[in-house]
Parts: sequence; C-alpha cells; structure tokens
Amino acid sequence: MNASHTPRIDVMRSQLGRARGLGSAKTGVDHWWLERMSAVALVPLSGWFVLQVLRLAGAEQQDVVEWGGKPANASMLLALMILTFYHMQLGLQVIIDDYVHGKAHLPASLLLKGAALLIGLFAVIAVLKLALAPSTKAGA
Amino acid sequence: MVEFSLPKNSTIGKGRTFPAAPGAKNVKPFRIYRWNPDDGANPVVDTYELDLDAIGPMVLDALIHIKNNVDTTLTFRRSCREGICGSCAMNIDGENTLACLKPIRDVKDAVSIYPLPHMPVVKDLVPDLNGAYAQLRSIEPWLKADTAPPPDSERRQSIEEREKLDGMWECILCFCCTTSCPSYWWNGDRYLGPATLLAAYRWIADSRDEHTGDRLDALEDPLKLYACRTIMNCTQTCPKGLNPAKAIARIKELQLERKV
Repeated sequence: MNASHTPRIDVMRSQLGRARGLGSAKTGVDHWWLERMSAVALVPLSGWFVLQVLRLAGAEQQDVVEWGGKPANASMLLALMILTFYHMQLGLQVIIDDYVHGKAHLPASLLLKGAALLIGLFAVIAVLKLALAPSTKAGA
Repeated sequence: MVEFSLPKNSTIGKGRTFPAAPGAKNVKPFRIYRWNPDDGANPVVDTYELDLDAIGPMVLDALIHIKNNVDTTLTFRRSCREGICGSCAMNIDGENTLACLKPIRDVKDAVSIYPLPHMPVVKDLVPDLNGAYAQLRSIEPWLKADTAPPPDSERRQSIEEREKLDGMWECILCFCCTTSCPSYWWNGDRYLGPATLLAAYRWIADSRDEHTGDRLDALEDPLKLYACRTIMNCTQTCPKGLNPAKAIARIKELQLERKV
C-alpha cells in the first residue's frame, strides 16, 4: 500500500450528526395529500373534457363559443386548467427533489413554479376569453 | 445530480476463475463481486465453479465453502445462518436477500453475488452500513414514556395493542429493503429509508409509548419520510416477508389524521 491510497477524509462529522442533519422541515404531508387529491379530482374533469371535445369535434366555431360561454362549462374548464397545472407542478417538484441535488435544486424548483404559473395563467385567460366572448350566433 | 453510470473507480472488471475439482458432476458457477481497498484496483467479478454435491443447500453454504476450501481472501459477514441476525444480507441473483435463507437451487444458471446496492463497500461483500445505523438511531427506537411504570410490574398492553406491533418487531435490520429503494439511492443522505421508517412506525404504534406526536413531528419532512414514492421494492425484497411500505403509508395517514 502506498501513500496515494491513504483515503482523504473531508467529513469528520459523526454519522448521527449527519443523519439528524437540519432536522425535520415539519412539512410534506400537504404536498403529498394535495398531489393525490388533485389527481382524483382530475379523473372526472378530464373524462368530462374528453367527452365534450368528442361531442364538439367538427362543430362550427360559433357552436364552440356558445358552449364555452355557458357558466357551467366555463367553470368546469377553469377547474380543469387550474388543477391540471397545479397537479403538474406538484408532480414535477417530486421529480426535481429526486434527481436534482445541491445548488441546482432551488433554481430548478423556482423555474418549475414560474413555468407552471405562466402556462396555467395562459390556459385560464384562454378559457375566460372564450367564456366572456360575445356570442356570434345570429339573434343571440 | 443522480448518477446513471458507475464512477470510474467502481466499474467492474473481469476477475479470475476457480474451476471445480476434476470429476465433479453437479457444477454451478458462482460469480462474486470482489474489491480490496488495499490494492487500489477496480472491483472485479471472480467465478468459482462449485460441486453442489459437496456443499449445503443455501448460498451462504457456498460462500463458506469457498472461504474454507477455495479462496480464503473472500470477505463477507455471516453469523447465525438461520435468518435471524441479518448479517449476510447481500444482492443475490439481482435481489437483496439473506444468503442463509436463499436456496442455491432457486437460481437458474450462474449465481451472481454482489454487496447490498449503492452503499460504500468496505471489502468484497461487506457494505458500510454506518450511515443507515445512524439514521435508525436518529428516530430514537426505544420506549419513551413520562408516566412511571408500575412499581411492581412491567408496562402492560392489551392483546389488541400488542397485535399492532406484529409485522414490525420481526424486523432484523438487515437493510435489504433500504438498499433496494431507488429513493434511498438518490437521497440516502436525507431519506431515512424503509427499514428505519418501519422501526419508527413500530414505536409510533406502540401503546406504551407516550411520544407519538414528537415522533410524527420528527418524520414530517419532504425527504426524511415523503421521499417514499411507493415503489414497493422494500416489501418485495424483504427476506422476512414484512411490509415496510405499509408502515410508511400508516405514518403518512397519521400525519394527515392529526391535521383535521
């Protein structure tokens, strides 16, 4: 054995000290629960949306505008958009926690939150624009 | 970042082959991970061809036979040889288990044997489990009660209360589950891992313990507990047939229950 094999020890903190680390963040249950609840809520919302799209396939634009202008449809669409992008953010955050460590973790998390917020806002504005658009149907 | 390939000093080379004695009829190759911290070389896989008629039925019998008769440098932990001490936990045929409980005949073709995955290796099949042991200690796996025990007897439990500990007291802390968990591979410095969380729930579920809330507080953390992604490798690999994933789910349920 020569000197180059002598291991360099750069962490002398005890194993227990490292295991305890910074302690518990006292959070985590909400993220876990909301991720699951939003997933459950998205099942009927997504099913409803797929059925509506199939029903509207090939429809004239004014029929779609009229459909989107109904408060019930607009509410369902808004709920779908908000929950979809909220759920997306919660799920992707988990992937970042798993695979991005160290200094890159915070910027990656912020980037995700910003992107989810902007894309979600875009979808919400699009639904609102459809919902509040003046009906083009003759005689409406 | 997560590592998808082995670091350069961990890539495994081809090792030596120890042929079976001439005349052996029932020969099976054992491919065993070897690494010696003293020679500065990369790990290799050595092949030992053994006559199954000359050895006992379990993988541990084969390892002991090699150590006694073929290659005395082979290093591994073993003690009770009956699945109660947890020393001989290793990765056999791609699955973490106890060498003493794994029948050789359950493995088709060659028997590949590696140390428990993703832990520092001390030598050959001996992993460094000090980090995992410290994590176990960090959840304080002992009874904590402020009420004094009765002066003339032990602390008592009803039969129903005692039954809640079934499926947990049997854990022998071999860490097969913890080292099979991808969440532990990626975040083992903060995620406590299934073995430690099973031990944590064993004390949360103990009717005699009076610090249940403190225990739940200490675990409520995005990584310490919630890095569990219910992959279920832990339950699938447990050589004692226990269900750490269920214990982890129960901890999450209790943390939710106390909020509403």
